This record gives sequence, C-alpha cells and structure tokens, in this order.
Amino acid sequence: MTESAMPVVSMDAITKTFPGVKALDAVQLDLYAGQVTALVGENGAGKSTTVKILTGIYYPDGGTIRIDGEPVTFSNANAAADAGITAIHQETVLFDELSVAENIFIGHAPRTRWGLIDKVEMQRGASKLLQSIGATFHPSTRLRDLGIANKHLVAIARALSVDARVVIMDEPTAALSHKEIEELYELIETLKAQGKAILFISHKFDEIFRIADRYTVFRDGAFVGAGFIADTDQDALIKLMVGRTVDHIFPERTPNVAEDVLQVVGYAHPTEFADINFTLKRGEILGFYGLVGAGRSEFMQSLFGITKPSKGVCKINGRIRIIRSPADAVANGIVYVPEDRGKQGAIMGLPIFQNVTLPSLGRTSKSGFLRLAEEFKLARQYSERLDLRAASLDQDVGNLSGGNQQKVVIAKWLATQPQVIIMDEPTKGIDIGSKAAVHEFMAELAAQGLSVIMVSSEIPEVIGMSDRVIVMRDGRIEAELQGDDLSPETLVRHAAGISDTQMEEA
Amino acid sequence: MSDTTMTARFVPNRLNSRASRILRSWESLLLVVAVGIFVLNSFASPYFLNAWNLSDATYNFTEKGMIAFAMALLIISGEIDLSVASIIALASTAMGLAVQYGAGTPELVVIGLTVGLLCGAFNAIFVTVLGLPSIVVTIGTMSLFRGISYIILGDGAYGGYPDSFAWFGQGYIYWVFTAEIGIFAVIAVIYGVVLHKTNFGRAVYAIGNNSTGALFSGIRVQRVKFILFLLTGLMSGVAAICLTSRLGSTRPSIATGMELNVVTMVVLGGINILGGSGSIPGVVIAAFVMGLVTFGLGLLNVPGIVMSIFIGLLLIGVIALPRLWTMLAAKRRSA
Repeated sequence: MTESAMPVVSMDAITKTFPGVKALDAVQLDLYAGQVTALVGENGAGKSTTVKILTGIYYPDGGTIRIDGEPVTFSNANAAADAGITAIHQETVLFDELSVAENIFIGHAPRTRWGLIDKVEMQRGASKLLQSIGATFHPSTRLRDLGIANKHLVAIARALSVDARVVIMDEPTAALSHKEIEELYELIETLKAQGKAILFISHKFDEIFRIADRYTVFRDGAFVGAGFIADTDQDALIKLMVGRTVDHIFPERTPNVAEDVLQVVGYAHPTEFADINFTLKRGEILGFYGLVGAGRSEFMQSLFGITKPSKGVCKINGRIRIIRSPADAVANGIVYVPEDRGKQGAIMGLPIFQNVTLPSLGRTSKSGFLRLAEEFKLARQYSERLDLRAASLDQDVGNLSGGNQQKVVIAKWLATQPQVIIMDEPTKGIDIGSKAAVHEFMAELAAQGLSVIMVSSEIPEVIGMSDRVIVMRDGRIEAELQGDDLSPETLVRHAAGISDTQMEEA
Repeated sequence: MSDTTMTARFVPNRLNSRASRILRSWESLLLVVAVGIFVLNSFASPYFLNAWNLSDATYNFTEKGMIAFAMALLIISGEIDLSVASIIALASTAMGLAVQYGAGTPELVVIGLTVGLLCGAFNAIFVTVLGLPSIVVTIGTMSLFRGISYIILGDGAYGGYPDSFAWFGQGYIYWVFTAEIGIFAVIAVIYGVVLHKTNFGRAVYAIGNNSTGALFSGIRVQRVKFILFLLTGLMSGVAAICLTSRLGSTRPSIATGMELNVVTMVVLGGINILGGSGSIPGVVIAAFVMGLVTFGLGLLNVPGIVMSIFIGLLLIGVIALPRLWTMLAAKRRSA
C-alpha cells in the first residue's frame, strides 16, 4: 500500500456532457491493485456515469483513461471487458431462466472443437469459480431458484470468469441482509488478496470505513478530494460530499402557511414503506429527502392511487378521501409530476395541447364531445404561464427538450387546478435554465396557495426550496427538519441512518 | 406571474394548414389506390360498371367492416381481438337454436347482440381484470367460442329463419343500397364521431401511445379497454345477424378466418398495429379497397386462393410503399 505504486486504472480529466447537463467535469479517479477505493458522492454526483464510462457503455467527451499507464479507449462494453474491467451493477443483468453456469459464461463460453458450447468444461469452470468465492450451490441450478444474495455471488463469479483485474461494485449491499453483507466483505478481502483493484460505491459510511482503503469524492460531477480512509473520518467525508459553492440562487420566499390541506395517517405498504404520518399546509413546500430506494416515490405513487396502501388514511381538508386510482386523486385535487417523465409523465406521440388537456377534458368538452378551440385556449394559457418553448401547440411532445417536456407535464396538472401538487425529482436531468424556471414557478404556486410536495435527492434544491423537510430511510420517516436543523449535514446523516449520538462517540 | 406572461414567446396553435395535413395523410394515399383500382376494374371487365353488380359487391366488405371499426379502436388502444369470427359463429348458433324454439326476428336480434356482448365481456375480464395479453386471451377464446358452436351443431346446420329476418342480409333501403351498407355507414359515422370527436376517443389514443402515461394522467385505462372489448363483441354480434340473415342458415364453420380479413382491413386503413394512431376514414376507404379488389378479381374468374394472394400483396405493398419512399429519398440526399 505504498503511495508510489502505479494505479491499475487511472481516469484523468474525464468529462462527459449530456444535453444541457455536465455530468462529469474533468474528474480524476485512480484504482490500485489489491486495494478497495470507495467512490463517495450524493445522488447525481456522477458516480453512475463514471461506472458507465469505465465499462465502455458511455464514451467520454474529454480526458484519458489509462491502464497500467497506457492510454486506452473503450469503443464498447466488450472492449472494457477485454481490458479486464468488470462491473457488478445495482441491478446486474442476469438471466433468470438460464443455469448458474450459463449465466457465468454467457458471451464467452468455452467451445468444443465443433464450435458448440462445451458444457462439461463450462460446469467445471463454474464449479471452480463458485468454490473460490465460497458459494455452496451447484452450477446447474436455475438462476431464478436462487435468492438475491446468491444471485450476487453469481454476478461476482461472472465478473471473475472474465479474469478481471478491476471489479466495480455499485451499491452491492443494497439488497443484502446483515449476514450476507459480512460474507460479501470476506469475499472482497479474498479479491484484494488476489490483487484485484476494486471500486466500491456505497452511500453507507459504515461500509466504506469497514472495507475501503482509499476514497474519492465527487460532487456535482466534479472531483473534490481523494485520499486514504485511515487519514479521514465520517465528518470530513460528509463535508467534502455536501460542501458546495453557491452556483444557483433559489427564489426568495416568505412562507405564508395556513390551515392543513392534506393529512396522511399511518400509510403503509407490505414491502415499500410503513408508518407514514404527516400533514401538509396550504401554501407550503414540503421536501422529501432520502437515498434512492428509501421509498419516497413508492409512497407518493400510492398517495396518487397508482399502488394500493395496505393501511392508512388520507384526509383532504379534514375529510377522509379514498383514493383508488389516479383519476380519484385528480378528482380530489392531488396531482403527481413523476420522476420518469418519458414513461409516466408526457405521452409521446400526442401533441402538446392534447397532453395538457388530457386530465381536464371534462372541462374543455361539452357533454363528452371535444371542443378543440377550448383545448387550445387552456393549453395556451398554461404553456405561456410556464414559458414553454415549442414550434406549435400541435407539435409532438416527444420532440421537445427534457425541460420543456417537464413544463408540459406541469402545465397539464396546473390546468386541473389542484390543491396539492407532488413533484418527484422535478428538475432531474433538465438544463440549468429550465431548472431555475421550475424553482421560480414552484415558489409562485406556493405563494398562490397551492401546497407542494417536492421529492428531491439534490440537497441544495431540498434546502433552497423547502419550508420543511421529511427525511425517509428504508421506507420510514426518519426525521422532520426545519429552520436551523435543516443543513446538508443533518440531511445526509438522517438519510444514511447515522444518529447524532453515534457521531459523538466517533 | 404577469411578467412571465408578457415575456413568453408566442407559440402558434398549429403550423400546417388543414389542407396540407389532409393532402399528406395516409387516407389520401389510400383514396388514390381505391380510385386506381376502380378505374382498372372498369377497364378489365365490362360487367364492373353496373349499379346492381356494384351493390352485390358491397357484401364483400360490409360485415367485416362493421367489426373493423370496433377493432380499429381496440388496436389503436394497443389491444387486439382475434376471436371476432368465432363470436359470429357462437352468436349465429345461439340465434339458430332460438329459431328452433320459435323465436321471432326481434328476439333473434336481441340474442345475437347479447351473445356478442357477453363474449366481448368474457375477453375483457381476462385482459383488463387479470391483466393477460389480449393476443393470447383471444386466440384462446377463438377456439373456445367456435368449439362451443361445434359441440351444439356438430355436422348439422340450423335453418328456418323467419322471413322478416332476411331483411338484414338481403334487404334494400333504397334503390341499390342494401340494408347492410346502410348499417355499415351508420356504424362508420358513429365510430368516426366517437374516435375523433369525443373525450373517449382521445383517451383511446392516449392509452395507445403510452398506457402508463395515460394512467398517470388520470385516465381509467382498464375501464376504457373493457368498453372497447364490449364494443368489439357487440359489433361481432351485429355482423353475425347480417351474415346469418344473408346466408339463411347457420353452420359452425360460419365466418371462418374472418378475423384476419378484419385485421387486414384495419391495418390497410392506416391503423398502427402497435397502437396509438390511425383514423376511421382510413378504415372506410380500406374496406372499399378490399371490396373492389375482391369483386374485380371475381369478375375475372380469379379463384379465391389467388384472391387472398392479391390481398396479401396489396397489404404489404401499401404498407411498404411510404417506407420505401423515405428510404429512397434519404439515399438520394446522401448521394
């Protein structure tokens, strides 16, 4: 573990831009043989993009990747695999209907001299790999008969089967139990001993301090620091993660909150969330913060009638309302701007005006018959209010930019004159200009008496926009923060489940 | 607020005029094809341009067309019903059975429509309540419904329909215009209005383009689909009444293979088989195109097998033409 050792893989000044967003801005990342490097950062810091560049899925716009000091370019995923880089993703692509051995060797199965797959050799190779990582199941087992932890082992065996020098683990513990995580640690130790360079991505600090040798921190797509884990502590890492320069000014707001509009009591779901209780006041912006998978979207979708809660009551203006479908939710004044804009938000293939008026057809039509003039009037009113940029209102929504699609979705819901608007990651993947417009608009809506629930994983957005923030973790409400309690550090701590007492002890 | 309104750019309602949209549409292309076939036919056979012959020719498409309109809505919504011809068999068998017990024309009509609706509801429950893919469900019910007819009828046939019942398939409304073409026209207008002029029709398009998005926009997706299956069943019932009346008897093999003709008509009419787009006028023209081709070839004594080859080529040709056109244009640009 000497400082002078040459990294196996080195990313130097790597830049990647997507339309309107700079996902990575000249970042630096080095991975060393026999060491675990933890890549730390908030959601949206550029971790996933980094993984995709390292595995040849994305092609960087600038910068150099070096392997053993030699510059390389990966034109596709196979090129990266040939260079010995392999990733175990958050949801690794495995094939349920194939056997373990077939999953391990898919794409590079041993061949007989007739060019057919050599099943005997494949079974033998798979057995050996599985043994080396301490897996106890047989290679001919069908994958769908395995549990999640064992599927992970298959993914790891697959990674090893290509004789990888670099193993990327993206949130490998997300779905594992405590015991399984311990087994994973042992496995990582084995891999280290074999001299593999490991990139370990996790939101959980206890894991990072338990297993990593080095760390690299990204923030908003930029490199902010790196070093040895032994030389740092949790507080310092959190500061690096969230400490930021002010690059975006949020609208000034004077919270003008009045009576309760929405009360949620005891909402629960068999697997996704439990014990959700909160109230939302008129004119308030209530932020929901949490890690990916904390159950925020799942809860919001059940409030909107997409999934049924197993328990719980929802009161609007003090009256109990039963919401069985989105149509019920809209009728009761609750609307939802989804995170997955392409699939759940905009209806590509339909023109802008039809997207906007879809939930309001009851108002623009007369006894069930469409009135196009009324539709254009309504669509015009709200798209002008949102400063929509389009060639015409008859244009297909699919041809608009992400930011303008989002404006269409918001216009669609405002046209229904709702009481509560739920916005799930409202500015994810849209350009800075549209982002500011959406923030501006959100503040304006609240000032006009609309209640806003904003689900966001961007800390500055959560702090800059919310009057009050609820932090969720593992499907439950972990904390409710406002005023002086609301800081980047407290948000990250509650979201990651690090209690204050634990911090003091440390 | 007010200043954003003032600085907002003006976005026009539409860019293309109505005339240019119509000229560039699929329906216009199809109309040209229809006129072309009409002209070709009138040169090919001296018997073609005869009002009574043409009137007879409409039977080639009227019954299929009635179902095609309902099928068009179903396919636009992203579903399909392959059991329509078998619904005809079952509805016809039920009517034939009722005749044996002395049912009159009004009762027969009610029975035909009810059996159609029930079959549609049966399909709808499997697709919308249990969430099964409609293509699988209706391939299953295609065998099921016709199978019931075979069990009831075996090798036999029902006949003895009352004289007044013959009006649907053999009667005339005025001069050469048959009762069937009248029913076809009324159904075409109703479906045209429903699809293009009502909130329900808009919901059908929204579901076909993105059913998740439609659900998230407050559309009751499953309810709309349920109604579409009911309507397709109902239209199969109407077609069963007309076809049974025209033939004057019921055999379990009645309307065998008709579902493919109906789907062909719908696709030829410019309805996207993947859902989301298409129009009723397109289906109307497609019905005429198919009727004219069948009739013209019939006058030339072309056997049925060859006729289906023609229909198949026509379908593939008309669908491939625009794609070929754009490919050629792209090639010319790049060259």
